[in-house]
Amino acid sequence: MGVSIEVTSLNAWYGTNHTLLDITLHIAANEATALIGPSGCGKSTFVRCLNRMHETNPIARVTGEVKVGGQDIYSQTSAVEVRRRIGMVFQRPNPFPTMSIYDNVASGLRLNGFRNRRVLDEVVERSLQHAALWEEVKDDLKRKSGASLSGGQQQRLCIARALAVDPEVLLMDEPASALDPVSTAKIEDLIFQLKVQYTIVIVTHNMQQAARVAERTGFFLNGKLIEFDSTHKIFTNPSDKRTEDYITGRFG
Amino acid sequence: MASALAVLATVLVIAPLVAIFIDLVYKGASSLDLNFFTKIPAPVGETGGGMANSIVGSGVLLGLASLLGIPVGIAAGIYLAEYGRGTKLSTVVRFTADVLNGVPSIVMGIAVYALIVAPMKGFSAFAGGVALGIMMVPTVARTTEEMLLMVPHSIREAALGLGVPTWRAMLSITLKTAMPGVITGCMLAFARVAGETAPLLFTAFGNQFWSTNLNQPISALPLQIYVYALSPYDEWHRLAWAGSLVLIALIVIAVSLVRYVTSRGVLKGAS
Repeated sequence: MGVSIEVTSLNAWYGTNHTLLDITLHIAANEATALIGPSGCGKSTFVRCLNRMHETNPIARVTGEVKVGGQDIYSQTSAVEVRRRIGMVFQRPNPFPTMSIYDNVASGLRLNGFRNRRVLDEVVERSLQHAALWEEVKDDLKRKSGASLSGGQQQRLCIARALAVDPEVLLMDEPASALDPVSTAKIEDLIFQLKVQYTIVIVTHNMQQAARVAERTGFFLNGKLIEFDSTHKIFTNPSDKRTEDYITGRFG
Repeated sequence: MASALAVLATVLVIAPLVAIFIDLVYKGASSLDLNFFTKIPAPVGETGGGMANSIVGSGVLLGLASLLGIPVGIAAGIYLAEYGRGTKLSTVVRFTADVLNGVPSIVMGIAVYALIVAPMKGFSAFAGGVALGIMMVPTVARTTEEMLLMVPHSIREAALGLGVPTWRAMLSITLKTAMPGVITGCMLAFARVAGETAPLLFTAFGNQFWSTNLNQPISALPLQIYVYALSPYDEWHRLAWAGSLVLIALIVIAVSLVRYVTSRGVLKGAS
């Protein structure tokens, strides 16, 4: 099941560049939360702070508190542990090019030392089914490389790979921005189904997408969270002038 | 015009190789027989004899060199690409590797003579292997570094995002993705030292008899070719040609074999 995320006074820096200013918000369990805003507003940095991926950049620094399911991910656990609980799907599909479809999905478990063949088979099938890819690839699981799939299929493969380690939260950083409309629609359908089991945070440039898939939406601007409310409220009756300007296309 | 120049350049590159090969086959093939691969060199004045001990000796020396040079080289390459980026030490390591690559091989032989042969009071296969191994390190290290840097950042992120420890992601994902290129680097280094004579003169020394003892002088194809080519006998000259042909053939076979073995299991559509 998904868990809620409690973010309190989160600040982030890249070198001397203060990219996130005092973000506080509550992400509800088993909902899709969309983060919108112009390029460089900090929304990607924000999701990367939720699974400590920003730490892979040596000049990045963070203060504040992020509690996932009640546990402070910065003080009470390790980055590796956090990333196992909080899966991530990136902007560009990034399957492991030397691995088969099967090995891609199994990689998270295998790289953590899991070897039971029967269980791996089950997990791979279930994850691919959850990612709505099973029917398309079931005959080529071990024969084809993950890189041989189409862009949309690759992205669903990456979702399956993230689901295989059984996370509680799925972070999606503009998961459909490199995809065609048909593939995008498939990913959006998928988000609807995945909400039942996971908490989803999706960063998107596409406001229609946010309106379609998310219960709640946050608007970021210049590293600040300007407004966070139900998606309906944000898109029909925003309280902040800047939110209104952005969603009506006056800037950004 | 441009394509004509390109064709001309290609011919100029290929021509020497083809010419050498034809010459080798022409002068060497006639002296190749079963004896060449099964017998040790005949004493002066007797005819016949072969280079069996040199072929095995080259195998021992190259095996030893690879065992030493490839792991050290790959480890250094990993350090340069993954851990030492931007550090002073990595600059020093990179510079040292490039200089080492340019050190004349005879100097390498003398250095290993001073470091190993003199203290151990004798020429040895071990010293020869070390000399060749050291020569492999810079090539392997620099190719490994370059190949690792070519692995897209997104692939590393994918691995880390799955909750895989950094070292594990490094070995199982990044290095594995770069492996074909790394193997090419190892093969290049291998092929280069396989033909080295100078570093072996002061280390492995050469041996007219059977020996696989690492503490004793050992024969090697390039050494034997060198000795035979300098000799005044026609018979030995012919054997030197045959030895050269075998040396080149063995290198080609070894490299092709590694390529074949490592290319198996590559999947449909893998990039």
